Amino acid sequence: MMEIVFRFVVGGLIVSLFAAFGDLLKPKSFAGLFAAAPSVALATLGLTMLTNAPLYAATESRSMIAGAVALFLYAFVTLHLIMRYRLHAGLASISALPGWLICALGAWFLVLQ
Amino acid sequence: MKKIKWSEYAVRFVFDGTITAVTGVLAALYGPKFGGLFLTFPAIFPASATLVEKHERRKRIGVPKTMRGRQAAALDARGVAMASIGLIGFAIVVWKLAPIWNGALTLFAASAVWLAISLLIWHLRRHRLFFRPKSC
Repeated sequence: MMEIVFRFVVGGLIVSLFAAFGDLLKPKSFAGLFAAAPSVALATLGLTMLTNAPLYAATESRSMIAGAVALFLYAFVTLHLIMRYRLHAGLASISALPGWLICALGAWFLVLQ
Repeated sequence: MKKIKWSEYAVRFVFDGTITAVTGVLAALYGPKFGGLFLTFPAIFPASATLVEKHERRKRIGVPKTMRGRQAAALDARGVAMASIGLIGFAIVVWKLAPIWNGALTLFAASAVWLAISLLIWHLRRHRLFFRPKSC
């Protein structure tokens, strides 16, 4: 339980730092890079490595590759939903979430399992 | 505006803190191969894209506010797409170096690779060096 709380706090702090840094940047497309900063990965992998489990962290990272590909497709779909179909950003980004899940879980099922 | 900013950070803190905690739980329950997928889950992007769109709509500039908000959110999404390629580089570096290097050094190197790849792609896109020009 303490580990979960610790992960919550550390993860939230690292993300907030990246978000604050991204907010200072211009133009918007450059600041957008930091919306996909590896903040959750840094927090999770950092905590894993602190418990001296580098092989565990390496295995998580291998799966992260599939997650990152899914994230790329998710962002691409969201972009098109916003610009081509003129959806509001919130609706577009939430609508594209099942796509991320399908891609990531599909990659896990077909390649990583 | 400051009030809104602090609540935005609070939302990000809660969302991504939750994702970090959930990733740990999923990895513990189903193994690191499954838990690792969620290291790139776009938990915060719907909230941040909505806020970006809302903020841009409030500005009084010549472009219609709806289009301005939409363009800003689309630029954010484009940034995520570019940075996700950097995340692939990040993940490869950790995957290969974590078993043999010091943990902090590995994460530092991986972060540097993420930043370098993301910046390179952003620079190429911005200057239209390899991509078809698109208005957005």
